[in-house]
Amino acid sequence: MDAKRESERAPMKNRTTVERKSERELVTTRTFNGPARIVFEAWTKPELFKRWWAPKSMGMSLRSCEMDVRVGGKYRLEFEGDSMAFFGTYLEVTPPSRLAWTNEEAGDGGPVTTVTFEEKSGRTLLVLSELYPSKEALDAAGTGAADALGEMFEQLDELLVALGASVGRS
Amino acid sequence: MVQYTQAHFNASFAALSDVTRRGVLEQLGRADASITDLAAKFDMTLTGMKKHVGILEQAGLVTTEKVGRVRTCKLGLCRLEEEAAWIERYHQLWAARFDELDKVIEQMKRKEKADGRKKRK
Repeated sequence: MDAKRESERAPMKNRTTVERKSERELVTTRTFNGPARIVFEAWTKPELFKRWWAPKSMGMSLRSCEMDVRVGGKYRLEFEGDSMAFFGTYLEVTPPSRLAWTNEEAGDGGPVTTVTFEEKSGRTLLVLSELYPSKEALDAAGTGAADALGEMFEQLDELLVALGASVGRS
Repeated sequence: MVQYTQAHFNASFAALSDVTRRGVLEQLGRADASITDLAAKFDMTLTGMKKHVGILEQAGLVTTEKVGRVRTCKLGLCRLEEEAAWIERYHQLWAARFDELDKVIEQMKRKEKADGRKKRK
């Protein structure tokens, strides 16, 4: 009885998996405890989408979220606190089972994201695929992150020098 | 992948917001050190230092390696770990998003149920 109440209060989180499926593709899967039409809606209505896509636990927050969810329609997401934006075009919109869009903020090297929603006895298996134009583009996205890390270390060096200097001065 | 970078920067800046952790990075910039060395240097308990090093590690600013009974800390990630670390953070980002999405879905389900009840009346 107690155990049941406990599980109702805090339902078990389903597992998220990420796999590099091929040289060009990264695939993420997750099951949700709800029908596909509800999960699909949470991906296609901006007021719902912005509530989960920029998780506070990751220190993220969206300033604006515009989505024209139809084939050829555009989307644009802007973060709070900096000038960074994500944008692209919807390539496929098939409620409630399939969505695809381009990621254009990184130029030609950006992936095409495809999300499929497959319902089974009231639950939905979501598969998110990011297909890059080439192995090099996916590698670059990874090393891009590594380069960003390198750049961050340089900034950190400068910060430490500045901090050291200010400590020295005071 | 840009999302990854964003999340990563936030974790890094959170890691850098603490004076001890900045000191640890400065120290490791001069030479690798064990957690025991660092704890002694910063006049801190082993547990306290482990916590700081853990936060720096998560932000990808520090990597640690256990040899025998000593855990050595150094700056940055080793090359081999870079892809794994990148995929791991990508994974963390999506897992965090999906945990939030769970909440949105639960709320939508409850609302649908309530609306359905109203309609039947």
